[in-house]
Amino acid sequence: MELVISHINYWVAILLMMIGFYALIARGNLVKTIVGLNIFQASVFLLYITFGKVSGGTAPILQKNTELYSNPLPHVLILTAIVVGVATTSLGLALVVRIYESYGTIEEDEIAELDSKEED
Amino acid sequence: MLSQLPALQVVIPLIAAPLCVVLRNKEIACLVSQVVSILSFLISLILLQQVLQEGIISYALGGWLAPVGIEYRLDILNSFILVIISGISSIVTLYSKKSVNFEIESEKIYLFYTGYLLMFSGLLGMTITGDAFNVFVFIEISSLSSYAMIAMGKDRRAVSAAFTYLVMGTVGATFFLIGVGLMYSMTGTLNMADLAERLPKVYDTKAILVSFAFISIGILLKLALFPLHLWLPNAYTYAPSVVSAFLSATATKVAIYILIRFGYSVFGSDFVFSKYPTAEILASLSIIAIVVCSIVAIFQTNIKRLLAFSSLAQVGYIVLGISFNNINGLTAAIVHIFNHALSKGALFLAMGCVAIVIGSVKIKDINGLGKKMPFTAFAIVISGLSLIGVPLTAGFISKWYLVLGAIDKGWWPLAIILLLTSLLALVYVWRVVEVMYFRSDPNSPEVKEAPLSMVIPLYILVAMTIYFGIETSFSAGLANEAAEYILGISE
Repeated sequence: MELVISHINYWVAILLMMIGFYALIARGNLVKTIVGLNIFQASVFLLYITFGKVSGGTAPILQKNTELYSNPLPHVLILTAIVVGVATTSLGLALVVRIYESYGTIEEDEIAELDSKEED
Repeated sequence: MLSQLPALQVVIPLIAAPLCVVLRNKEIACLVSQVVSILSFLISLILLQQVLQEGIISYALGGWLAPVGIEYRLDILNSFILVIISGISSIVTLYSKKSVNFEIESEKIYLFYTGYLLMFSGLLGMTITGDAFNVFVFIEISSLSSYAMIAMGKDRRAVSAAFTYLVMGTVGATFFLIGVGLMYSMTGTLNMADLAERLPKVYDTKAILVSFAFISIGILLKLALFPLHLWLPNAYTYAPSVVSAFLSATATKVAIYILIRFGYSVFGSDFVFSKYPTAEILASLSIIAIVVCSIVAIFQTNIKRLLAFSSLAQVGYIVLGISFNNINGLTAAIVHIFNHALSKGALFLAMGCVAIVIGSVKIKDINGLGKKMPFTAFAIVISGLSLIGVPLTAGFISKWYLVLGAIDKGWWPLAIILLLTSLLALVYVWRVVEVMYFRSDPNSPEVKEAPLSMVIPLYILVAMTIYFGIETSFSAGLANEAAEYILGISE
């Protein structure tokens, strides 16, 4: 129990990761897949932010009377990763729109069925 | 000027991409990407020569010295890979004009070249950088643009293939990101050379083991090793021909380079191969990939799909070479990156020629192609021979080193399996050749050979396939030096 409470950030990250991953691999609606992808990525962002925390440190802003800061580097890295995540989401949703236009559905198994009919 | 070349290698295509959007003209966009590719090729040759003469080049981006700043670090291995990427890109862009005009809607062509240049710069960046997080950023630049490029295929299945690739590719890249984060949390650095120094102190921690697992799974997803290959066949089949050729020749190859870099240089072969049964796992997955994907390739009716499965089998050969952890195995892997880029690039370009003339790339539609399009058909034969590994073609050289590597490693039965699997390649190449030369279709319409602007770049690749099968001092010689260098680091 102590292990859970003292490492609560990690457990939350793992939980979110598994939720996102499940949403990804469970065959279903393509928009839900994108949602799963986002949750999955968000868990990694949390993981990074957790690494950056220095016990007793404050936010990394230069000010008087403070000596101990959290490590700002993971924050910066994750800012980049968030931008990448936004780009991935928008591209993914754009593809979903085009799939809907050409297939008339965004259910994964229906698309697979339509594809298998075309196979020769 | 010369000292800025490592940055220019990546920055020129990166700046040319928005230029294409601003100009909004398909002719100029095509010209820009041709000029940029050739310029990059020249830069990479100069860099390779500098590395050969003076050793490692380290470039501090923005003047921030490593390990704090982002470092571009060139050694024999990655400068060789840079030459491959930019060389293939030069040929592909010279070839592309007519093929792209045929396959892409006219008003989207400038966007096609924009995406192409972004993908190109992403791959160059992945190769040249010496910073682990920077690799992630470049992976995403190249992947995001390649998803968009695949979705530009004519068939609607191209879009769903691109979506599948997007999901799997993002999972792969995110796994890589988790691994890099764990390494950073244990060592406090992101610079690869610095990581290689600091990691041995924390080898025994679980965090590093987990980080290694995440990074390798992420990269294996990107390079499509069986059983993580599900995104690849559809993506290569339905993508525009130019994109299939470029992706098959470079994108998976750069992922393989990252695997070598992280496996041997960052984690070090002591950690990767001595402590855990990595070699056994990688080797058995590769053998399954080679056998299963070659057999599946035999039963395909669409030639591009056949080539995609053949690519998966070839990736198996390369990863097998990496798993041997000896000089011949690694040489085989590196030289096969080069040789396979030549032959598979040529085959996909030839399929582009077939598509533009016949309008289909199904086996049933190419009856008598040997008479109708003699040059394209002959190119397919030569590159096919190289896939099989027939002597006097480039493919033979890599198979030769691979068999030597298997014997050095003491895995005798593997050497025999390798020779037998070449027969599987013979079967799927023969299926295409037989239809082209020994069947005629009297009802088929008269067709002419593909335009010269497409056949000439195709033949540059074919000529290189033969040239590097006979004169191996550039390809195998460099690969050998690179392998020695990489193994030397990790000892």
